[in-house]
Amino acid sequence: MGFDMRQDRVTTLLGAATLLALGIAAVLGLRAPLDQNQGSLVRLMFVHVPSAWLSYLAYGGTGLFGLLYLLTRQRRWDRLAMSSAEIGVLFTLSTIVGGMLWAKPTWGAYWVWDARLTTTALSLVVYGGYLLIRSLMDDPERRARVAAVIGLVGTLYVPVNYMAVEWWRGVHQTQTLRLLGKPSFEAAPIYGWVLLVGTVAFTLLYFYLLRVRGILAAREDAREERELMDELNGLEVARG
Amino acid sequence: MNSVLILALKDLRVVGRTRDTLLATAFFAGLVLLVLGLALGGDGAARAPAQAAGVAAGAVWTALALAAAVGAQRAFAQEQEAGALEQLTLYPGPHGALYVGKLLGVLGPLLLVAAFTLPAGLILFGAAGAGRAVPWPALALLTVLGVVGFAAGTTFYGSITVSLRAREALLPALAFPILVPVVIATVKATSLLLTGGWTPEVTTWVVFLAAFDVGTVILATLLFPFAVEG
Repeated sequence: MGFDMRQDRVTTLLGAATLLALGIAAVLGLRAPLDQNQGSLVRLMFVHVPSAWLSYLAYGGTGLFGLLYLLTRQRRWDRLAMSSAEIGVLFTLSTIVGGMLWAKPTWGAYWVWDARLTTTALSLVVYGGYLLIRSLMDDPERRARVAAVIGLVGTLYVPVNYMAVEWWRGVHQTQTLRLLGKPSFEAAPIYGWVLLVGTVAFTLLYFYLLRVRGILAAREDAREERELMDELNGLEVARG
Repeated sequence: MNSVLILALKDLRVVGRTRDTLLATAFFAGLVLLVLGLALGGDGAARAPAQAAGVAAGAVWTALALAAAVGAQRAFAQEQEAGALEQLTLYPGPHGALYVGKLLGVLGPLLLVAAFTLPAGLILFGAAGAGRAVPWPALALLTVLGVVGFAAGTTFYGSITVSLRAREALLPALAFPILVPVVIATVKATSLLLTGGWTPEVTTWVVFLAAFDVGTVILATLLFPFAVEG
């Protein structure tokens, strides 16, 4: 491959832009006035909402790259799909943990069977299964193909799940909880700006992580291939 | 179309002759009902009618969802064990037809199991009998739609997991997150039907379920060739 990450200007620039945007978001978030009801807790939202956005972006990426793999059969799309799913699972976990820490003092419970919470947990299971099944297959071509199918189905069904759970709970009384959570954002426009900057920063972060993870995956693939070739050559030599 | 029917008839004939899939699935569904009865306290008389309807609907559809995973597992495992799955994919004709044929083969025994699980569950959990009117035709329609949804999802994933290690554990893990909408819609519609008969809300759920079934079958038919090729 001969691919040196230190000489890769795109990655460096992307990393610098990500760092800058995250810095701006952090400064803005820390300087934003405290919320009347939630106090300092509102700052958790500045991480929570962008990381939720990032995880959706990553899941969309898994579906898209999977589709591109099925159409073109180029291994790099499969590597990107896998990287995207890993990033998605990581940030879904961070979304859930951050959300739980916020929910306990605000709603009075770590977990509520609300539509959004339930679908987030379900998406974790869908993509956890995606990564699990990848780890069980050795043949790279087959792994890529099957994973693309599963990733595609997962991406298409997360919105369906959301609709179903939303309607299911919609008939019940959870609405009050929603109203408790939201109005504080819409009240102060400064929060909207912080969230916007945070979302942009996390979008950059996604592309940066995707690129780094994709390069790592490419190297892993290259090493695997090299080891396989060495083994084959060794066999040839042994056979004479 | 022809190959769909041939494949489905072949599978149904195997099911009819050996009966092991059918018996295992039926036994499993009954067992889940029993376990849920013990876990939740099956005494229907102790609950209000609305509560009993909710518990019964939940128990019946949990049992059917788990039974669908067991049934779909066998559909591909039988051929895999006999080494016939590869030949099957080599036959001329579109691979999508293979999926639809397998789906029909899974659907047959599963509908049979559902036909006795549903009344048994409703009676065991106190939602039917004891002088309560039960809208059987509406429930039958709902059962068909729900079972088609379960079978479509589990058959599709069954074809993927059949050639993997730990396939028995993997199929439910992969398929159930996708089947959540079916579980929600059927449980909701069943308990609504049991408490208030056919209301506009039931119509909404039935339409949703039908749309889910059609969408899943189309999507799975399109993606199935990619899942099994090579």
